[in-house]
Amino acid sequence: MAVTSTENLPLVSEPDVVAIRRRVREISAQLGFTLVDQTKVVTAASELARNTVIYGGGGIVQLESLNGPRVGLRLIFEDKGPGIPDVELALRNGFTTGSGMGLGLGGAKRLVNDFEIVSRTGEGTKVTITRWK
Amino acid sequence: MNTILMNSNKKSAGIAAVVAKNEETILAEWIREMSGSVRRTDLIKESDLRAQCAQFLQLMKDGLETGNVNFQSSVWEKTREMLGDLSRSRAALGFMPSETASFVFSMKRPLFTQVRQDSKDDAEALAEQMWIITELLDSMGLYTTEVFQKSREEMIRRQQEELLELSTPVVKLWDGVLALPVIGTLDSARTQVVMESLLQAIVETNSRIAIIDITGVPTVDTVVAQHLLKTVTAARLMGADCIISGVRPQIAQTIVHLGINLLDVTTKANLASAFALALRKLGITFVRDTQKS
Repeated sequence: MAVTSTENLPLVSEPDVVAIRRRVREISAQLGFTLVDQTKVVTAASELARNTVIYGGGGIVQLESLNGPRVGLRLIFEDKGPGIPDVELALRNGFTTGSGMGLGLGGAKRLVNDFEIVSRTGEGTKVTITRWK
Repeated sequence: MNTILMNSNKKSAGIAAVVAKNEETILAEWIREMSGSVRRTDLIKESDLRAQCAQFLQLMKDGLETGNVNFQSSVWEKTREMLGDLSRSRAALGFMPSETASFVFSMKRPLFTQVRQDSKDDAEALAEQMWIITELLDSMGLYTTEVFQKSREEMIRRQQEELLELSTPVVKLWDGVLALPVIGTLDSARTQVVMESLLQAIVETNSRIAIIDITGVPTVDTVVAQHLLKTVTAARLMGADCIISGVRPQIAQTIVHLGINLLDVTTKANLASAFALALRKLGITFVRDTQKS
């Protein structure tokens, strides 16, 4: 699978979430995503980026444009935070340890084609999502 | 240690004497030394620049005379004040930070020239004096950059606050109908302002219906949705019904996938249909004048 371009962005505070939304929108538009798909991947990125900032204590996101055989956008969110003890529970609608709606993680999963989460308590969390064109 | 300190005190007083003796020459050469980019005659008047230079040279001389060459010490309080004012005014005038710092740095050569002439027979003394001047002017230059940066940040913060106020107008569409067009990102701070101005307007105009238009909100994620729902609930507690308009197809699909429940809220695709609904709720109907159309 050909990765045409990769870039890393820091995720420390709320303004970084806004910056990532804007960048994901730009890249997905360049890749030729439809407006609906752009909005889906931007929203998923927004949810996961905010989780990284709020629950992961900050981290980084890697943006990969995939070109061939299928065109797509892959985002990898990584933090060195406390980790998620029960991923299955965290994915359930309405579950939150904070003050949100508890829909972000599961919602992000439903908004993309591929979703992978690896989390170890005390070590951190890595979420990889891919949206194909 | 003590002898070194005394030595440097004497050296610094020596520089002050050189400055006092050659004040006019240093000033003239310094101003000539400033390149076009530092002078920026388009931003600052020549006479103002000259006055600033003369004032700085005077303060520099006073400071050196005390023998204390630590720029952080209280001896240099007035110089810090002057450079601080200069940086802030230059930041406001539109100078670059490098251009502002060069005000200080461009003084090195004229000052070095005079000091060199004064102690040309004593290489060691010359080297020490050069070091004192370099260290002092460097910390001054860095200080101007620091103040410059801070005043820029202050400016940005103020503009952000102003934007926050400006970007949430509540408009009256009809007697009893308010509209609130939201543009941009709806974060916690924005929501607070939006909610306050909406609730205030509901009380002031005694409105029964409030339309929140999200056409200008690019992304509706769970946090934005949560903020919207809170605003709707608060308006309802004030006795006003809320309609959310401007829900575009892509936003509708995203909300469904996220699993957000907006069933309790009336939503419309655009402001026009939301307004029509509001009028219907108030029992107002329009009749086309057939004679005119």
